[in-house]
Formats: sequence, structure tokens, C-alpha cells
Amino acid sequence: MSKIIVQGMAQGTVLKTTSPINFLGAVDKKTGTIRDKKYDIFEKSIKDTVLVFPHGIGSSVGAYTIYSLKSNNSAPVAMICTKADLTVASGCALANIPMIVVSNKEFDSIQDGNKITVDTKSENIF
Amino acid sequence: MELTSEEKAALNGEHGNTLQTAYRILVATGEATNAEKLIPITWAHLSGVNYNTIGDAGEQFLRELSKDARVKVKATVNPMGIDFDHITEFNHIDDEFIKKQASIRDSYIRMGVEPTFSCTPYDIFDLPEKNTQVSFAESNAAIFANSLGGLKTNKESAFSALASAITGKSPYSDLRKDDISTPMTIRMKMDNPSELDFGMLGFFAGKVGDTSVNISGVSQPNRRSCKALCGGMGTSGTCAKFQFVDTEDNTSEKVDFGKEEMNEVFDELNTAEKGDIITLGSPQLGLEELSDLSKMLKGKSFEKRCMIFCSRAVQKQARTLDYINEIERAGGEILSDCCTCLTPLIDTNETDAITTNSIKGAYYLKNSTGVDVNLKPLSKIIEEETK
Repeated sequence: MSKIIVQGMAQGTVLKTTSPINFLGAVDKKTGTIRDKKYDIFEKSIKDTVLVFPHGIGSSVGAYTIYSLKSNNSAPVAMICTKADLTVASGCALANIPMIVVSNKEFDSIQDGNKITVDTKSENIF
Repeated sequence: MELTSEEKAALNGEHGNTLQTAYRILVATGEATNAEKLIPITWAHLSGVNYNTIGDAGEQFLRELSKDARVKVKATVNPMGIDFDHITEFNHIDDEFIKKQASIRDSYIRMGVEPTFSCTPYDIFDLPEKNTQVSFAESNAAIFANSLGGLKTNKESAFSALASAITGKSPYSDLRKDDISTPMTIRMKMDNPSELDFGMLGFFAGKVGDTSVNISGVSQPNRRSCKALCGGMGTSGTCAKFQFVDTEDNTSEKVDFGKEEMNEVFDELNTAEKGDIITLGSPQLGLEELSDLSKMLKGKSFEKRCMIFCSRAVQKQARTLDYINEIERAGGEILSDCCTCLTPLIDTNETDAITTNSIKGAYYLKNSTGVDVNLKPLSKIIEEETK
């Protein structure tokens, strides 16, 4: 594990995209569904997943989207990125969603659809 | 990240929940950007004010927070969704929206922010001296502050800027440092670019650039074009600083922005051949832009509805200087405290497409409001949409 941004432990199914995510524009804050056609995970829900994506982009208000997802029980259980941006990091910090940053190599090795556990205490993804 | 004993105590909750939450956010964003410490900032500009974007969860969070949170440094805020002075003219806005938006406004005021409700704080206040550390969450304002104002901020998030407002601190990282490397130069290949071209250049630069980019081939754009560049850049990526360069160094990677690249951006955001209404102001218009607009509108009238967004402070000045008279005579509707982006004032039941000169506006109109967009520079809007 490269770097812990927000601590915690969670288990879930990987939803992986290679597109950076603009949380404000692309994610429905009530349901967690991706509503922008440009994404390869269009119409999929990020609810209860381990969301694996490169990093966040776009509006700083995306942090509120992450917090809203958590309040609406539609948030991912954990997030894994290759680069930590302030919007995702601060959103996860306030919403208590474990978040880690991994190397490109580790990112590539994570398979979409696999069930994994993220545990920042033992520094493991398994 | 190294914390002082005082900061550690706050993080451990010894100074209450509010400060603990604020420090948790600062530590996460500090870790995210490899900061070694926190440093003082003198001004925080907050986003997360529009009920459309932060929703019920955000409204509730701010209501709770504002019971005891108070800002420690100068704090200004982004636009809301609506202009309360004109709300009775917009029948389609429901009472729930008005109630929740008022609650958000009141929470920020309770925390001690200056009620600017503007995405262009640089048009309202004199900027502090060069190299001053600030914390701006509005992306166009962060880019403007870094690139044209000589200030230092990262592209903050809504929560990191809020945490900075409450603590007076930010993680010392990335663009706050003196030795930033700028590994890319974008070569502007368009002659006589309009503000729309600058917006597209910004959108392109935001996509290909990382934290900071050089831009060559540009000579002294006016304020309208500079703001369009900042707005476009903030919309598409993570880049939060640009510098115009005359001579190209040999080390940076070079990327051209010519006709082909411009058409690609245009085709992504321009989805209609004409608009039902016109919107101007994303970012909100400044005094100079309103002055220009009033001159361009002499003896003309808009042939369709035109919503014009500027901050309340700028509107007041522009009224005193008589710019607003001319614009209103020509049929322009002046709205404050909100902007093109994400305002529910645009009734999507009655509007299929909007004409605008703003790339930032176009992106959010298309992706969030859900209308088609017809992109045109201001000169063409005046030429084709007035008589």
C-alpha cells in the first residue's frame, strides 16, 4: 500500500474506471449512479463498491457530493486512487470513507468486479 | 506531516468537534499533497453555497457546523443558486429550494463570512500583496489568484477551504511553494483569439496540464479573455496556475493549441445551432466587462431574453456609473448572488438550448442543468442577437 489518506477498514466489490471522476457533474448524489455518458462506468452505481479510479477532477464542490453520497447511504465503502486530489481527499475525510493512494502498478493489478478488503491498519489490500 | 502540539491537540478533539473536523480535513489534504506542515493563510474563498450542488446533506451539515464554527480569517463565498431580490419573477422555483437556500446563506453569515456570493472575489476586493498565502476553493478564482494576482493557493476543495477559514491554516504543498516545476508549454496557434477562444484554450490546458502550465503565443489578453481562460481551465482538470511565456525554454514538453484542438473542444461543448435565451457571466461579469457591454449595446436591443450575472458589489458600482441603465434599456436582466453555472433560475421546462460565450458555463449547462448549448463570442452575440 502506497499511502493512507483516510484511515479505516472496508470490504466491497471493485468498481474500476480509468477515467478521472468529476463528482459534481458525473455522479447522482442521491443514488450513486454515474450519469455522464462519457464514463466507461456510465449507469453503474458506485454505492457500496470499492471505487478504483485515477483521481478526481473539476469542481471543488465535488467534496460535498461525496459527503452527500455518504449521508444518503449511497457512497463507496472505500476509494483507491493513483493521485490524491484535494476534493476527493477532503470529501472522504469528512465522510469517513477510507481512502488510499497506490502506485500505477498496483492500480493496474486491481481487477474490476473482484471482492477486496482495504485495511489501512494492516496496510493491506487483499 | 508534522503538526505542532497545539494542532495535534485540536486534531485529537481537545478543542471541540468543529476544530477536530477542520484539522481532520487539513491532515487528509496535507497527506494527499505531501505537505510537511501547515502554514497561516489570510483569506479563504469558499465554495459549496448553491443548494443545487450541496443538497440536503450539505444544508444540514452547514446548519450544524454554524452553531459554533466561526471563521478566523477573511472569508468570502461563492454564488448561491438564486437572486433573492428577483425570486418572485421566477415562478418555477419551489418554496423548498428558497427555504433551503436561505438556510445555507444564513449558516455562512452566522459563521462570519462576508456575504459576497461571487465567483470573482478578485473583481470585488483589492488583492493582497504578492506571494500572500490564501485558500481559494472556486477554481477560476484560484487560477486567477495564482496566475494573474501573484498570490499562492492550491486548487482547494469546498471542505479544505472551509477548514482553512476556520483554522486560518492550509497544508504547505504544491503551488504554495516557491520552486514549482512547470513541465508543459501550450503553444497558442490561433490569431486574434476572442474570449471564447481563450475559454477553449483554458479548457484544453486544464485537460492536458497537471498542476501548472506555460502558455506561449499570447499577447496581453484583456480581462474578459483572462477570466474566460481561468474559467475554462478550472472546469476540465486539476491545473491551477498558468504563466504567459515569451520565449520557449528547451526543457518543457510542447503541445500545440491550433484549429484542430480548438474544434475538438468546440464540438464537445457546442451542441445547438441557436439558443432560446442568452446567458452572460460565468465567471460573473466585472465592472470593466459591464462597461464594455453597455457600450456595445448603445442603440440596440436584445431580440431574446438575456440573463446577465454579476456580483452584488459590482452591480452597485455599475449602477452608480450608469452602465446598468443602458444594459437594462436593451432588455438585459441583471442578476446577482448567483451565476450561469447550476442556477435553477433557468427553467428547463421552457428552455432547450442556451447561447453563451462561456466555456465554464457551457460545461455545467450541458452536464448539470441538462440543456443544449450554443457557443458564440460576445461580439457575435451582440451582432446576431440584437437589433
